[in-house]
Amino acid sequence: MTAILTNNSPVLIPLLFLTFGMIIPLVAWKRNNLAWPALMLASLASVAIGVFNVFKVINKGPVHYYLGNWVPPIGIEYVLDHLAAFVMLVINSVAFLVLIHAWKIVPRELPEKEPAYYAAISLMMAGFNGIVITGDLFNLYVFLEISSLSLYGLIAIGEKKSPVAAFRYLIMGTIAASFYLLGVGFIYITTGSLNMADVKAILPSIMDQPTALMALALMVLGMGIKMALFPLHGWLPDAYTYAPSTSSAIIAPTGTKVAAYALLRVLFFVFGVSFVTKTIPMATVLTWLAAIGIIYGSIMAIAQKELKRMLAYSSVAQVGYIGLGIGLANPLALVGAVLHVLNHAFMKACLFLVAGNFRFKLGHSNIFKLNHSIRKKMPWTMAAFTVAALSMVGLPPMAGFFSKWYLALGTLKDSNWHFLVVILISSLLNAVYFFRIIEKVYMKPINSNPAEKEMSVEPTRDEVASSMLIPTLILAAGLIVVGLLNAFIVKGILNFIIPAGM
Amino acid sequence: MVDFILGHYAYWFTLALLVIGLYGMMMKKNLVKKLIGMTIFQVSIIIFFIASSVKWGATVPILDHGDIEKVHLGMTSAIETAKYINPLPHTLMLTAIVVGVATTGVAFGLVIMIYKRYKTLNETELLMRMKKEDDSDSNQ
Repeated sequence: MTAILTNNSPVLIPLLFLTFGMIIPLVAWKRNNLAWPALMLASLASVAIGVFNVFKVINKGPVHYYLGNWVPPIGIEYVLDHLAAFVMLVINSVAFLVLIHAWKIVPRELPEKEPAYYAAISLMMAGFNGIVITGDLFNLYVFLEISSLSLYGLIAIGEKKSPVAAFRYLIMGTIAASFYLLGVGFIYITTGSLNMADVKAILPSIMDQPTALMALALMVLGMGIKMALFPLHGWLPDAYTYAPSTSSAIIAPTGTKVAAYALLRVLFFVFGVSFVTKTIPMATVLTWLAAIGIIYGSIMAIAQKELKRMLAYSSVAQVGYIGLGIGLANPLALVGAVLHVLNHAFMKACLFLVAGNFRFKLGHSNIFKLNHSIRKKMPWTMAAFTVAALSMVGLPPMAGFFSKWYLALGTLKDSNWHFLVVILISSLLNAVYFFRIIEKVYMKPINSNPAEKEMSVEPTRDEVASSMLIPTLILAAGLIVVGLLNAFIVKGILNFIIPAGM
Repeated sequence: MVDFILGHYAYWFTLALLVIGLYGMMMKKNLVKKLIGMTIFQVSIIIFFIASSVKWGATVPILDHGDIEKVHLGMTSAIETAKYINPLPHTLMLTAIVVGVATTGVAFGLVIMIYKRYKTLNETELLMRMKKEDDSDSNQ
């Protein structure tokens, strides 16, 4: 029994979530409150398998799993290498923490809809994990659509305006997936294979053909829309703002990261480093778009008055960091980009959970309505917010500093000084939009005005329930822990992700 | 040049469908018309895959008994691939059709939700009503 489980561990996580996507509506058919425990079971198991996979890869090296024992290129291959194991563990553990938080807030925001909602989350996680682990180009498309279809539902279930945001995302997302599929078609016509490793072996002989260039352009365009790369980010702010709190907290850390991961796979593990940097300067285009996106996202974030919308625009900027790291195409920058996948997943999940806590207790998350009473009412939530904000700005020893550090080293390696300037400016802009909230909450002494003192009552402690508070605090503490342990992560895992020829 | 254009007529047709679909999705104001554009767009890609697997004079990919006999008797080393159509693009497109149907279903669900909440499917009108609601919210 254990041998079956350990030998098949690469395929278990997508399979698990896919199965639970169907089981959850059945077990919760009569009793809505059974849906959450069922999903938690799946999520906990996925974290456990994720940890197991990481150790398996570290000890034994990459695992190639053949679905149904069909040897590639005929069958579908799942590749569990350092990168895949790492990203899978990150998205599953963040999703696990967000789901603990969901227990109290989902029944309040979405009464009577829990079974469908949790089933959709399960399907979405199946899609994300499948994208990460698959070694087959068409299989990636299928998982991409599984995750996207559930995402549309998870967004549309929110506020009054959310169906409009979801519809816009659906149009953009379908264009993205279709472009990707068209690119896969071009690759299949020229190489006759869909297996990533196989395609990479065949492609160098036909590199000068326009078909290969077209395939690359289409696939980058498709993934660019999915990861909200500037100027293809139009769907993101509305979608994150109007979605329910749990949806934004689970989509923001995982969704765009997984798309960025798929882009990384396509660029370096299908087309190869020399193709995207020398034959056609796709990586350079990506770098510049990412750099503009970083600045644009940060400036737009400053202009927002709704916390969730600010975080959404900040996501555009943060995805830009990942795109920048991929586009620079050198080992240091790539380590920075993948480390930023981890850090940003923790930071954004933490910040969106804080926004959820505000909505739960205050009924809104409008920045201008936040005031000094919150530091008395919700001290722990605000502490988590402050830690995550400092990490976003990039103060050591928070995690955010180290990924920016690697990115900065990466920009210096090929003397791309201008991108270092972009990173520095955007850190300052991050400071502007986070410190204005911290200033509002912490810097004003309570009741400094004597006239006000008589009018107002002393704010009392009104913190959210511990099931919501603990995940928020774990994520915040995780930022410090990851920051302190980043050398181990880089040495143990991330040094092995560098693709050949970089 | 004429040969190039005529020889690839299936691809020109696909391209035309692709552009029509994109135009519908981007430019049409009515949400249902956008969905019609989306379906045309997806169908164009399905036709592209199918067109790529066409082989003149070839037949369905079910092996001829005579061919199998020949391989067994050692007369030829392999099945003649030129005689059979490549079935893989068709299988892939079966999956893509299913995905397309699911997408259209979700999209119509969203359209119904939007219509129930805003009583319109025109995008301009929709944005106006959403903005109006925002203004009345902020006045309260």
